[in-house]
Amino acid sequence: MPAERLLPTTEAEDLLALTREIARAELAPLAAEYEEAERFPREQFRLLGRSGLLGLPYPEKWGGGELPYEVYLQVLEEIACAWMSVGVGLSVHTMSCYALIEYGTEEQRERWLPEMLGGDLLGAYALSESHAGSDAAALSTRAARDGDDFVVNGAKAWITHGGQADFYTTMVRTSDDGGRGISCLLVDAKTPGLSAAPPERKMGLTGSTTTQMIFEDARVPADRLLGAEGEGLKIALSSLASGRLGIAACAVGLAQAALDEAVAYASGRIQFGKSIIEFQGLEFMLADMAAAVESSRATYLEAARRRDRGLPFSRQASIAKLVATDAAMKVTTDAVQVLGGAGYTRDFPVERYMREAKVPQIFEGTNQIQRMVIARELRRS
Amino acid sequence: MPNIVVLVKQVPDTYSERKLAESDHTLDRDSADAVLDEINERAVEEALLLKEAQGGEVTVVSVGPDRATDAIRKALSMGADKAVHVSDEALRGSDVLQTAKVLAAAVGKVEGYDLVIAGNEASDGQAGAVPAILAELLGVPQLTHARKVELDGTTLKVERESEEGITRLEASLPAVVSVGEKINEPRYPSFKGIMAAKKKPVETLTVADLGIDAGEVGLGNAWTSVLEAAPKPPRTAGQRVTDEGDGGSKVAEYLVAQKLI
Repeated sequence: MPAERLLPTTEAEDLLALTREIARAELAPLAAEYEEAERFPREQFRLLGRSGLLGLPYPEKWGGGELPYEVYLQVLEEIACAWMSVGVGLSVHTMSCYALIEYGTEEQRERWLPEMLGGDLLGAYALSESHAGSDAAALSTRAARDGDDFVVNGAKAWITHGGQADFYTTMVRTSDDGGRGISCLLVDAKTPGLSAAPPERKMGLTGSTTTQMIFEDARVPADRLLGAEGEGLKIALSSLASGRLGIAACAVGLAQAALDEAVAYASGRIQFGKSIIEFQGLEFMLADMAAAVESSRATYLEAARRRDRGLPFSRQASIAKLVATDAAMKVTTDAVQVLGGAGYTRDFPVERYMREAKVPQIFEGTNQIQRMVIARELRRS
Repeated sequence: MPNIVVLVKQVPDTYSERKLAESDHTLDRDSADAVLDEINERAVEEALLLKEAQGGEVTVVSVGPDRATDAIRKALSMGADKAVHVSDEALRGSDVLQTAKVLAAAVGKVEGYDLVIAGNEASDGQAGAVPAILAELLGVPQLTHARKVELDGTTLKVERESEEGITRLEASLPAVVSVGEKINEPRYPSFKGIMAAKKKPVETLTVADLGIDAGEVGLGNAWTSVLEAAPKPPRTAGQRVTDEGDGGSKVAEYLVAQKLI
């Protein structure tokens, strides 16, 4: 059964109806084929752009939807339920716009945001490097000032939309002063000297391209510096909690898709003369799956409502990310179990869901990092 | 600049299980999600294409219960300018003749209309007669089952596709057009369209506002009535053919026996 939602306004209900329509007609039918072929759904992102879904939580004056996170995240969940790669991509795009929204000058915002939020440009976010994952402050891609440009050299790693994006919100080292030596550049994809390495060969989310981005004497105009020089890490850290909520919502969508598939299969599959859903062993498993999905949804929505009210929400965001992604891993694994042998084949989507559920436990801060964030707040209290 | 009216109807979603009420065989509106009928989305799209090319205004007209406002809002969020919604408890169970009469009166409320565009057949009732009856009641030409519509000044040209071939029709405005599946691919609303829709005017009318006596409409006064309704029987298992080198000819024999080839 589809998620039952309590939405704050009629417009939010209409937006969710539109999202479900697009998800059902334009995304779900293509997901399996594109994932199998490792094909990037660029056209589908353009459709999201035309429909106004690429800038939902940001101000209307720059082409955004000016919606609360409570509504934006439910849109994201519906998209991820139809196609996880597109859901994750939408979350990444949204977070790639964050630095310009929060730290750009008025001139920078007016120049770039309308196309990023209301057009069909696609964004990427480049923070990690191969030796700087959880320890982001160790990054070493260097940007040296030369006249009106920064000359950038180094390699960023694990870039979602690498080679596909139109812009890269990139954290670079502008001085050796540790965490205070990092700055944020909004890099145009067409910048000479910027190139994508061959895509990573991943376990899941194979429709979404992940690459290293290589900077070789790439000249980025200095007017593309977002915030002050040295403010990069602060910018990156300030967006983390919001990004985690996005991934929590995607994980709930994925788990919901697995639950729906499992319930449909268990209702139709007859053994010993009755539907297998009527056997308690299976019925209880499905009930636990539904409880995991709905409690995860409630958890991210609670954190989102705090964010919308301007309250601190980083602990709640970490809890939502931890709970929702661990739940998605469990629910998708159980969905394979419900489908039995069929679930283990590529003729059914649940084995793909299970592969897709692994990475949300890892990216946007590993679940070990989430526990650190939660525990740090407990210690302080 | 054409003043266009589009008829829209809220129907049960074809993706969900659709049922009739056991008591009186009217539509069980609670059993399924209600959506704007897809053929009406195509009708709205055609009106918007004409408006984008030639200017003018698009008014949607709907007859249906209060919650049909959801379908009306969808048409407005696609880009229609305003709406007329006839909602009256007395209309419950009305047949095509009564519905067309109410629609004719509602279209008459749209001052100086040039063109009425409708879907050729709703996905719920599937009578497919309302556009023709409406044209008759309005006393204007009917150009039904269009797969292509061209408007040049006050001359309307339509291609109608049927199993026999293509008929080219021409008439002067005002006129009623009904469109088929092939007319276009309807656009999705955008979030901006959704936000704009809430500010667009929707006039809600009762049958009395249209000068129609409530005693002329509704289930009790309908010209037709549904005597019996039964769900489609479940599909039978079919016939299995095992290929022992002659599978192809066995399938062909089966199709010949069914008079399919």
